[in-house]
Amino acid sequence: MRADLLDEAIPGLDEAMAAVDAGDQALVAGLLRPQPAQVAALTELADAVAATPLAGRVAEAVEKVAAGAASEDHFVAIAAARTALLGSVHDALTARVEEATGRSGDAGIASAAREARSPNVLAAARSWLSDLARAGWRGIDHDLVSGAGQVISAMLPDPALRRLAALLDGFAAELAASCPGAALDRVPARRWGDLWSRAMMLTLSAGAVPAGTATGRVLPLGVDLHEHATAAQAQVHAVFEPSDGGPPRLVRASVSVPKPDTVLGAGIWQLLRPHLSLLAAVGDGRSMDLDGMPVTEEGDLVWDDEHARPGAAADAFATARVALATATAPVPAPLDRHPARIAVPVFLEGYTVDKDGDALTFTVAGHRLPVDTDRVPSAGPLTPEAVAASGACIGLLRWDDGTFTVQPLAVETTIKKKAVAVHAGAWAGGTTDKNGVKAEKAATDAVTVLRERAGRLLRK
Amino acid sequence: MSDGRGPDWERSSTARVLPPARPRKLAKVPFVELADGRLQGVVSSGSDIGRVYVSSVEAGSHTFACSTNNNRPCGGARGMFCNHILAMVNEAVLQYGGERVARYLKVEPDEPTGQAIARDMMSTRPSQGDSAAAATVFSQFLRHLAYLELPPTTAPLPEMQWFPPTRAVV
Repeated sequence: MRADLLDEAIPGLDEAMAAVDAGDQALVAGLLRPQPAQVAALTELADAVAATPLAGRVAEAVEKVAAGAASEDHFVAIAAARTALLGSVHDALTARVEEATGRSGDAGIASAAREARSPNVLAAARSWLSDLARAGWRGIDHDLVSGAGQVISAMLPDPALRRLAALLDGFAAELAASCPGAALDRVPARRWGDLWSRAMMLTLSAGAVPAGTATGRVLPLGVDLHEHATAAQAQVHAVFEPSDGGPPRLVRASVSVPKPDTVLGAGIWQLLRPHLSLLAAVGDGRSMDLDGMPVTEEGDLVWDDEHARPGAAADAFATARVALATATAPVPAPLDRHPARIAVPVFLEGYTVDKDGDALTFTVAGHRLPVDTDRVPSAGPLTPEAVAASGACIGLLRWDDGTFTVQPLAVETTIKKKAVAVHAGAWAGGTTDKNGVKAEKAATDAVTVLRERAGRLLRK
Repeated sequence: MSDGRGPDWERSSTARVLPPARPRKLAKVPFVELADGRLQGVVSSGSDIGRVYVSSVEAGSHTFACSTNNNRPCGGARGMFCNHILAMVNEAVLQYGGERVARYLKVEPDEPTGQAIARDMMSTRPSQGDSAAAATVFSQFLRHLAYLELPPTTAPLPEMQWFPPTRAVV
């Protein structure tokens, strides 16, 4: 990998992020009765999209906000401007990653997403998001934040609305824990700006649907876990080799589930495990054979066990060494482009490791690449210590606030003079590891208690 | 990067706002939360498997309440915290960490333990509230249990990229 390219400045990026920051600062104080400084900040955001088809609508929105007369449509326009800017940053970063990894993206653009259905509950979500924008992060209180509860409860049972429901649930929990906003020491302005504008966009567009099917062999690279208090998602990154001899592609397979906040660690794997047989294949070092598996243009397999069966042994490091470099990368749907979504599988070896307190850095071909060990799930055998002692690493290249990092999915390291591979997601499919078995037992007990309580109290 | 140790928290898309809860045994206190300006939760009855107590302590005033899910007052909560409330405080400390619980309840105990937090709150002789909140707390608990019944999906949720796990312990 040309790690040197990851350090080089990208033309226009700082300017785009400055406009995003300006918009985020306007949201900190709220848009109900904006001060001149906030109007100026929003104008900066509007100016940044002045040469795009959004120009007219965003300029009008800023005018209405300045006059204290903004309605939902105007907040949507502001969210769209922010989304467009970050989309352009995503594209510039992705182009740089392709240069650095020598991998090319799939040609073409993922087609536009389907329109969202369930108009009533989506309108209710939009109305709550508009109230948030009016109040600003400094103006949030318990009454305002709890307004999301009913909307979320109405959405959660419908898997088609799960994207927005899981996002709002995680977002509202953070806001609730931060009330009253007036007393906050500091505000996660970028993050809440992201979550707010993502949610706003999702009230209008439900995202990509499977556009085709995949038949061939899927070779897992590793498992990436996401979680907030009441939802978790595991995503398997893999190389897909079509049986028709077409070029290999990078794909993902996901499974997610809402959860009580007391189900944690190994308990999350237990909830997810039954619904994605690929998780067990990762732990066992096996490939899987697909026949007609639905797949989106974004490279997401929409897993259904009926279309998959266990395949031959496939070592993730062999896949990473041999097949990864030749696989093409999928292109995200236009509205989904955002730097936080960049998670590009990479294979690194021949690096040196620097440790400064808890911070690890790989030096790859003379260039420093910070290692994000914090994202490695604690319910697994991969530890920061194992990463620090590693000689080869399968990871996800990510970007946040101006810096590329690598999140380890698996490493090759030496334990008791033996070379071993340690996977972050090794416990996803189950484990015989002593600590793992203990964690599994505790998690099973927790779920048993909750199910017993639910059985006794819920249906009365 | 502000300090060379990672992104600037205010300008990070994946800034960690909520520390993750810690696993705990749920048999005695199946549910506890810091919400609506209260520490509130549900405590299983030691004697009747079909009964639970709904307990709460208000942040700041420390006004407390405890009653059964059928809205009968708890016999132990006469003028002072009952054992259900004490158990709830202890379990909240296990789940959220003592510092977060103390901060939420607006107490400054000598040490961030459940005992010290409860002692601190009781030292101000808080008043006993009515059980008006009990219905809300109980329905929150049922909502919480209902999460176990929600179907999983294998359609991707790209927004979960904003919610990475963290190894940090509270």
